[in-house]
Amino acid sequence: MRRALAMLLPLTLALVACQREERDTRPQSALGSGEQPTPVTTLEPGGQRPSPTDNKAASFEANAFHMSEGKRLFGWFNCSGCHANGGGGMGPALMDEKWIYGSSMESIHATIRDGRPNGMPSFGQKIPDDQIWELAAFVRALGGNAPSSAAPQRNDDMMVHPSENRLPDAATLGKSP
Amino acid sequence: MKGMLHPAPARVDAGHGARALATENSFRTGILSVMLLACGLFLSGASEPASAAAIAPPAAAAPPDDGQWTMPAKNYASTRFSELSEINEGNVKNLQVAFTFSTGVNKGQEAAPLVVGNNMYIVTPFPNIVYALDLSRPGAPMKWKYEPNPEPAAQGVACCDVVNRGAAFANGRIFFNTLDGHTIALDANTGKPIWNTHIGNINIGETITMAPLVVKGKVLVGNSGGEMGVRGWVKALDAGDGHVVWTAYGTGPDKDVLIGPDFKPHYDMDRGTDLGVTTWPPEAWKIGGGNMWGWISYDPELNLIFHGTGNPGPWNPDLRPGDNKWTSGIFARDADTGAAKWFYQWSPHDLHDYDGINEQILLDMTWQGKPRRVLVRPERNGYLYILDRTTGEVLSATAYGPVNSSKGVDLKTGRLIANPDKRTGTGKVVRDICPTASGLKDWQPSAFSPRTGLLYIPHNNLCMDEEGVEVNYIAGTPYVGMNVRMIPGPGGNRGAFTAWDVSAAKPAWVLKENFPVWSGTVVTAGDVVFYGTMEGWFKAVSARTGDLLWQFKTSSGIIGQPITYRGPDGHQYVAILSGVGGWAGAIVSGDLDPRDATAALGFVNAMKDLKNATTAGGTLYVFRLP
Ligand code: HEC
Repeated sequence: MRRALAMLLPLTLALVACQREERDTRPQSALGSGEQPTPVTTLEPGGQRPSPTDNKAASFEANAFHMSEGKRLFGWFNCSGCHANGGGGMGPALMDEKWIYGSSMESIHATIRDGRPNGMPSFGQKIPDDQIWELAAFVRALGGNAPSSAAPQRNDDMMVHPSENRLPDAATLGKSP
Repeated sequence: MKGMLHPAPARVDAGHGARALATENSFRTGILSVMLLACGLFLSGASEPASAAAIAPPAAAAPPDDGQWTMPAKNYASTRFSELSEINEGNVKNLQVAFTFSTGVNKGQEAAPLVVGNNMYIVTPFPNIVYALDLSRPGAPMKWKYEPNPEPAAQGVACCDVVNRGAAFANGRIFFNTLDGHTIALDANTGKPIWNTHIGNINIGETITMAPLVVKGKVLVGNSGGEMGVRGWVKALDAGDGHVVWTAYGTGPDKDVLIGPDFKPHYDMDRGTDLGVTTWPPEAWKIGGGNMWGWISYDPELNLIFHGTGNPGPWNPDLRPGDNKWTSGIFARDADTGAAKWFYQWSPHDLHDYDGINEQILLDMTWQGKPRRVLVRPERNGYLYILDRTTGEVLSATAYGPVNSSKGVDLKTGRLIANPDKRTGTGKVVRDICPTASGLKDWQPSAFSPRTGLLYIPHNNLCMDEEGVEVNYIAGTPYVGMNVRMIPGPGGNRGAFTAWDVSAAKPAWVLKENFPVWSGTVVTAGDVVFYGTMEGWFKAVSARTGDLLWQFKTSSGIIGQPITYRGPDGHQYVAILSGVGGWAGAIVSGDLDPRDATAALGFVNAMKDLKNATTAGGTLYVFRLP
């Protein structure tokens, strides 16, 4: 019995030694995974830490091409069915300043990818990651959070609201239809 | 505000109120005798010669009033008429609050409270809590509550706020539906669940918002989801154990629609084999709508139930050439088996989201000298139809407000004559289409008084611009394909309350309201009509003249269904749920952004100022005389 144990010990040690942490020592920054968890609150016990950022976010945000692609996908994947052209319907308004789950690129990306409990479907299996980032960039433009030099311009379709690059402020709204 | 277009017919004799009181249980005799005296005095003073033009619901579908309110429509004929008359034109101005109750849910309150014995039952919007209040005790304290805890994700697939239109009572049980597709039976005394049947799947966009109707031991339920590419159905569940007895689909092959040898539609356009397949592009019927989220009536003598079918999907008509049977129409079905007897299509190949699910009031009347059994339907497409309910023949179809999307109904073929100028399609913006997608009237049910012969119709006055767009079908997401923006209709008043003379086929009087009248209504033998406005006013008007007799400002906009009942103390009460929302009020209950004209499928554009007029809420108000 004791002999057997004595033989097992080195074997176990050897096995443990094999389970070394694998890590990429030179990650390619432009190819972020978009997989890291994004907190839905700014309350953090022990004091607020900087929330994780994804390098991809920066490359998609405020990019005119990505935003216009995002706008096309917004109709293509029926986001517009639930959120209308940003004013909301079955889902909340996306063009206002009120955010349930955060307004950062990362938060919006996580919302689209993973869904949210009160009826936002999870599109992670339907939409490729890059296109989710494009949608996130457009959602930010809808809320007036993109530079007007890059945000999408006038629609070819029915005038549903002023174009994203010149949306009026929510506070200056007219009172009557 | 109001125009007298037509003299109101004479009132029938005063017998009604007295009879209702005479059937009262004897345990309240003390108060009762005083009441009888008071009512007798009033009624004899007010009685006039009986009107000759008898128009009344069939007795079997509208039995004498017992002072309770056991189903949202009051009775199987769906009259929403109460024989109670303690509250009348003369004294309604004295109404005051008896008690209030917060539902704890700030979404659109479309439900009708129920009153059975000493209890009141209310069901809230999502999360569909059911409360029982004890009316026999001061302040009507809560007796029990039941929380079904529906799946939160259901909120995302409910097209137009997360409403619920009420419960139904039968045989000691309360039956109701949850947004996530369950029908539940509760013990009315204890609130304990008896059965719970899961019949709707939110993952394909199915929800349930309608109030069930219980007929001959079966609970009739239909699904919502016409904006999500959901195939419509009506199911009959056994009231005893909840198992599904039959299912009748709104599209597809005849056997799914329960069309068999008994099916005899009146018009050629509805005859043929498997029209629910052949009037669609290949396979489109599987995601074609035809949902049943509205009202069902029942005629015990004919043993028929009557129910409408919702809009075809998607809204963009270019994507579904054909008549799109059996959407936007009405079925008469055998109450036991569900077998279809006849069908009539209000809006073949619907162009504008004209769901056909509104209430149908069953009446017996003289039509062109002959007695006819009819059903009266104020339809979403803007016409007030009178149909022979034994055959489905259209006797008349008269616009009851501004309509330009069609040019009338061809009474020979039965077909709606669509206006080509207002035809929508992909890539073009068509302007000023009246009525809107929400119809001249949406779900908000009307009431009929046999004393006045008038149908009291709460409705909208809106027009819209539409543009068809391409849309992909992705299960569980919207399937609409239309940009819509609504605007106020002619005159600028966005709502109206119309008293319609059914025999004369014209309005008796019309009240204009600033916002759509999205509430139901109730009319009483005291000749008082109650309805609510989206600003929050609860109004009582004269059933004969429309004169405003009393109003009370509730805490939020009203889109609920008023009811009236006799309380345990023998006195008459009026109850209404206040709490804005629904499609019309989604801008407030969903906090939508008015900068987007297409928000809430275009309704927000016509309701931009609602946020300044009211805020979300959810409160029951009950009124009585001092
Ligand atoms: C079936 C309806 C539906 C569809 C389709 C849908 N959403 Fe949503 N969405 C919702 C609902 C409901 C919520 C609110 C979820 C919650 O509160 O938990 C939401 C939330 C969101 C939010 C978070 C808003 C906030 O305030 O934090 C974003 C961003 C969003 N959706 C973007 C999208 C995009 C982009 C698409 C298309 C890829 C999309 N949605 C498709 C219903 C939908």
